[in-house]
Amino acid sequence: MISPLAAARAVGVEIAARHADDVDARARFPMEAITALKDCRLLGIMVPESDGGAGAGIAEVASICHALGRSCASTAMIYAMHQIQVACIVHHAVKNPWHRTFMKRLAGDQLLLGSATSEAGVGGDLRSSICAIEEKDGRFSLTKQAPVISYGADCDGILVTARRTPQSPASDQVIVVVPREGYTLEQKSGWDALGMRGTCSNGYRLDTTGGMEQVIPVPFADVSAQTMLPVSHLVWSALWLGIATDAVTRARAYVRSEAKRTHGSVSDGSWRLAEAASLLQLMKSNVVAALRQYEVAMGSEDRLTALPFAVAMNNLKTGSSQLAVQVIHQAMLVCGLAGYRNDTAFSLGRHLRDAHSAALMINNDRILAKTAQLLVALREDQGLLE
Amino acid sequence: MAQPVQARVRAVLKQNALLRADIEGLADDADLYAAGLTSHATVNLMLALEEAFDIEFPDRLLRRRTFSSVNAIAQSLDEIGLHKVAA
Ligand SMILES: Cc1cc2nc3c(=O)[nH]c(=O)nc-3n(C[C@H](O)[C@H](O)[C@H](O)COP(=O)(O)OP(=O)(O)OC[C@H]3O[C@@H](n4cnc5c(N)ncnc54)[C@H](O)[C@@H]3O)c2cc1C
Repeated sequence: MISPLAAARAVGVEIAARHADDVDARARFPMEAITALKDCRLLGIMVPESDGGAGAGIAEVASICHALGRSCASTAMIYAMHQIQVACIVHHAVKNPWHRTFMKRLAGDQLLLGSATSEAGVGGDLRSSICAIEEKDGRFSLTKQAPVISYGADCDGILVTARRTPQSPASDQVIVVVPREGYTLEQKSGWDALGMRGTCSNGYRLDTTGGMEQVIPVPFADVSAQTMLPVSHLVWSALWLGIATDAVTRARAYVRSEAKRTHGSVSDGSWRLAEAASLLQLMKSNVVAALRQYEVAMGSEDRLTALPFAVAMNNLKTGSSQLAVQVIHQAMLVCGLAGYRNDTAFSLGRHLRDAHSAALMINNDRILAKTAQLLVALREDQGLLE
Repeated sequence: MAQPVQARVRAVLKQNALLRADIEGLADDADLYAAGLTSHATVNLMLALEEAFDIEFPDRLLRRRTFSSVNAIAQSLDEIGLHKVAA
């Protein structure tokens, strides 16, 4: 049996890459690639083995996101967002009978999960909600104005954040798992965006009802700090690295083809290839170091909610999102017009457009402001290998 | 006789208006996050406590649990060695 990573690589190279331009041009869901990932049973790999999954960790999932990012960023982002939702359930609710049954179903039927954290009126502030859970006789109802639910039309369940009760302050939130049969979506806006066009991140009014047992039992503050934020930043950074990696691969191929044409002399701009490769290495080191840090902190609530950990994960996100764009820009300067045009083997327009979403997906300014605040509280600096 | 630590912690929370709920109505072990304490406000709370008690929070105590209730804060202050300062 081949490993999940090897299977994902094959899906990336053989299927996602082939449809990437069409997915981008038509802003359509990458159905072929997602179906192939389901066929390879890659959607449930984080579910514990005892519940029908493969018990995979974040590093393995991040490697898959990286591999997919090299072929089709939208496919990689959909896979990444799905796994963030799975991680929230596996880390915080797998002991709950309802969630455990749902996890088994997810692994068995290869369900695809979406996310409704953003809300009209609060923008990208993950830790504030306007909508609230209304409970009656053990059942809840909830309505959310969601400005973006990526692949909302194609997923089999959604994780939704809301205030715990209609009386709760904006920051006292919970996150609830709603399967497809438990909600309706009324589309309010479309997704004709600069990049990540295949994520089909339409806006919706979400109406849902269900049993109170679907609410993840720990406060969303904990789910967010310990899982959603760090896992998002890790898997996103890994896939952005994948996009940048493919850009450098194309620049290298360009320089090679030039060298062949001119019998060995490299073009004047090719030193930029070395610079792009150096930035790429920096980016990769950041991702790998943060993955290690996460694995060390895993399982310790204190480590996961410690300020230095939050600062490190925030820096990973703001740093990777900026580096990705820089690397691709360098690669485009190497390839020149061949990179700028949309119809060559060296085209980089899609890469650049997709990568520009990174700084907005939880706006970097918002994250930097939070980090600056945390830094006020920190006093000690860590040693080289700590 | 110095005021009990819990009362001084309450005074800091009240002066800085860090909660949405009224601190008077909350028990010493009530969850401050459920009462509207945000992660943003946690840093302000820490700075206000450092000022009020003339102490410094070491990095190892800068985690969510430290500020989760009046009692948790009092316990952390104790751990930092408030008793020495208060003596
Ligand atoms: C490809 C893609 C897919 C997405 N998919 C989903 C999804 O499936 N589900 C979902 O819920 N969301 C999704 N999002 C939304 C995302 O998580 C953020 O909510 C969204 O990008 C933020 O929107 P905004 O820029 O309008 O709002 P804001 O974050 O409010 O930013 C608007 C502006 O205000 C500034 N700003 C506002 N407040 C502050 C502050 N406190 N500090 C500093 N600056 C501030 C920002 O810097 C920025 O200039 C997706 C986004 C993208 C790009």
